[in-house]
Amino acid sequence: MDMEIPYTTKPRPDTGLYNGKLGMWLFLASEVMLFGGLFSSYVFLRVGAVEWPRGADLLNVPLATVNTVILITSSMAMVMAWASLKMDDFAKYKRYIFITAGLGVLFLVIKSFEYADKFSHEHYPSTSTFYAIYFTMTGLHVIHLFGGVLVCLYHGLFGGRMWKSEPERFTNRIEVTGLYWHFVDLVWLLLFPTLYLT
Amino acid sequence: MTDEHTSPPSHTLPFWRRYIFSTDHKVIGIQYALTALVFMLFGFFLMLLMRWQLAYPYEALPIIGKLFSDEHLLIPEGIMNPEFYNSLGAMHGTIMVFLAVVPLAVGAFGNYVVPLQIGAPDMAFPRLNMASYWAYAVGGAIMFASFFLPDGPARSGWTSYPPLSIIEQAPGQTFWLFGMFFVIISSLLGSLNIITTILQLRVEGLTLMRLPYFIWAQLITAFLLLLAFPPLQAAAVLQIMDRVVGTSFFMPSGLVVGGLPAEVSGGGSALLWQHLFWFLAHPEVYVLILPAFGIVAEIIANNTRKPIWGYRSMVYSALFLGFMSFVVWAHHMYLTGMGTTISAFFQTTTMIISIPSIIILSALIISLYGASIRFTTPMLFALGFLPMFGIGGLTGLPLGLAAADIHLHDTYYVIGHFHYVVAPGTIFALFAGIYFWYPKVTGRKMNELLGKIHFWPSFILMNGIFMPMLVQGLAGVNRRMYDGGATYAHAQDVLVLNKVMTHSAFALAIVQLPFIFNFFWSLKFGQKVDRNPWEATTLEWMAPSPPVGHGNFETIPVAHRGPYDYSDPNAPTDFTPQFQAEGS
Repeated sequence: MDMEIPYTTKPRPDTGLYNGKLGMWLFLASEVMLFGGLFSSYVFLRVGAVEWPRGADLLNVPLATVNTVILITSSMAMVMAWASLKMDDFAKYKRYIFITAGLGVLFLVIKSFEYADKFSHEHYPSTSTFYAIYFTMTGLHVIHLFGGVLVCLYHGLFGGRMWKSEPERFTNRIEVTGLYWHFVDLVWLLLFPTLYLT
Repeated sequence: MTDEHTSPPSHTLPFWRRYIFSTDHKVIGIQYALTALVFMLFGFFLMLLMRWQLAYPYEALPIIGKLFSDEHLLIPEGIMNPEFYNSLGAMHGTIMVFLAVVPLAVGAFGNYVVPLQIGAPDMAFPRLNMASYWAYAVGGAIMFASFFLPDGPARSGWTSYPPLSIIEQAPGQTFWLFGMFFVIISSLLGSLNIITTILQLRVEGLTLMRLPYFIWAQLITAFLLLLAFPPLQAAAVLQIMDRVVGTSFFMPSGLVVGGLPAEVSGGGSALLWQHLFWFLAHPEVYVLILPAFGIVAEIIANNTRKPIWGYRSMVYSALFLGFMSFVVWAHHMYLTGMGTTISAFFQTTTMIISIPSIIILSALIISLYGASIRFTTPMLFALGFLPMFGIGGLTGLPLGLAAADIHLHDTYYVIGHFHYVVAPGTIFALFAGIYFWYPKVTGRKMNELLGKIHFWPSFILMNGIFMPMLVQGLAGVNRRMYDGGATYAHAQDVLVLNKVMTHSAFALAIVQLPFIFNFFWSLKFGQKVDRNPWEATTLEWMAPSPPVGHGNFETIPVAHRGPYDYSDPNAPTDFTPQFQAEGS
């Protein structure tokens, strides 16, 4: 007999979670450890360094500030996308999910100008430990954001089918995508002061 | 991704969806088991090559030595050169830990047994499960491919300590890093799947304190994998950057390589790698041992026909063990110059973490008291596990003391200690598990006589390999000597032990043949069994052997009692399964 896997959509009463949500929280826990390892490495290298540059002297703080605003706005759009589904308004959802993805792309474009500017001044990851950790941590963040943009675009372009067949499950998917998106946002909110402002 | 979340009946699927890119936890479990066993055999052969070199240094390898020409880069005239010896050491460790034992303990047993023991139709995320196996397969393929590089595979030890691992130009190390990258992704996907499955898919009545101990062990193991591996992922990214992009995360200022200043910006720290590596690799030790505890507990309860003694204290001990395993990592680093204050801290936590291990081991031993034991093959391996793990654990205590470690570090004592834990410890438990659950997977029992022929010589020979290591280590023989200490004055008194160990190792290889034969022969000719051949109590024995396609059970089980209701004086039989309702 073929049995369905329980709690793919409805929350399990004693944990209060559906499977996907718990899975995402666990994934994010591991992501915390991944970035935690990198932030710890940053602290370890900086404490052990003879001299360490001020981020603001080497990096473009105004551009990064703009990027911070963009990401926070994108997180708000993400919440609106989910809320629209909760309110049964698919057209509005579509608008917001594309705004989210678009803001993500805008962040990546600005970031690429920042990188290009560094390269044009011959500042590479191999230039110094500061640049090494800067490029590695922001680069890993960029990869995470890029993945998030792809998922948003997928749900924006092809989500309609699932919305018709299983609306609750689809809403859950957007909620879980949102959890990831906010986490990536949060990582930037920690990277910005750590690398640029201190 | 498709929109339906009920998989179609498995018998209608094409071959490649059923057996290759399957989402059925049972098929994935078997895929993991077979791949991991092949890697285990491969890692074992690498060790045999090393052992030959240690006992008969500078002599051509027997039989396979003839395959290599005089100009061969790594094995000229059949004699391995020191670089290749280093590669063997690095790859034996990597393959055994990351591609054999963990995938077997977690990937195979976790995948196959966990959903059955909690009464679930499958894992919570079947597609992630498939992705997890294939990430592991890709990682394994990259590692294996590195053996065909002209310079051979990674040669900086399984710990890959920089700066050596970075200044080494041969590409093997880069392969190693990318291979690890995939293995880590696999373990991440697998562990979050196991945790979600256990917490979400337990059937009605299966409360946390009714979970079989094996499930607890898998749950805690999965948390360790989930949280300890990412820092190594970070470290691997940093080392890839150092090797490929030319950064200096692990390259200190003023580094001199081959008499010339290294062309790097400097400012990094080699010690940083060790912190990140051991932050993973100490919890990893518990990843290796906890599933073994779980398997052994199941088998001991079943073959003593008694509830295991102190179930609750074993659960709490395992939880405490899991937590503490994150704060002991630097006991691998006493001699790095990180300072005596830090050493004192890690020495204290290390002494504390030995307590829960001892509680678990004691509880298992006390469980034997007063039992009329069934000496089946799985039980023999489980019983063999107890003293072997005991030796492994207790020999670890002197290593945890910073003062004693000054003498013992980087000697064969460390190798002996660690292998007692993992080889006659964990691997015996894995063998026990294979013999125990084989009837569930195939519907047939493995041959008992061949099982005993497998067990007894293995048990003796394991000690023949690892006991002399402890002796050599106490005499001060360094662990990485290419000639086994032949040219070192202080090693002369214990040099003869190299031959004892090597001969034991080759004999151990021979006595694995009954197992390999038994494994395949029993598929077709083993004694046919019904669903509960061991008269066991946990839920997996309610399912048919083998369990039905997608869904496992014919009806959804309900748990009515704890996992080990054996020899209840009021019950009609000496076992009362979890799925049996009160009063029926």
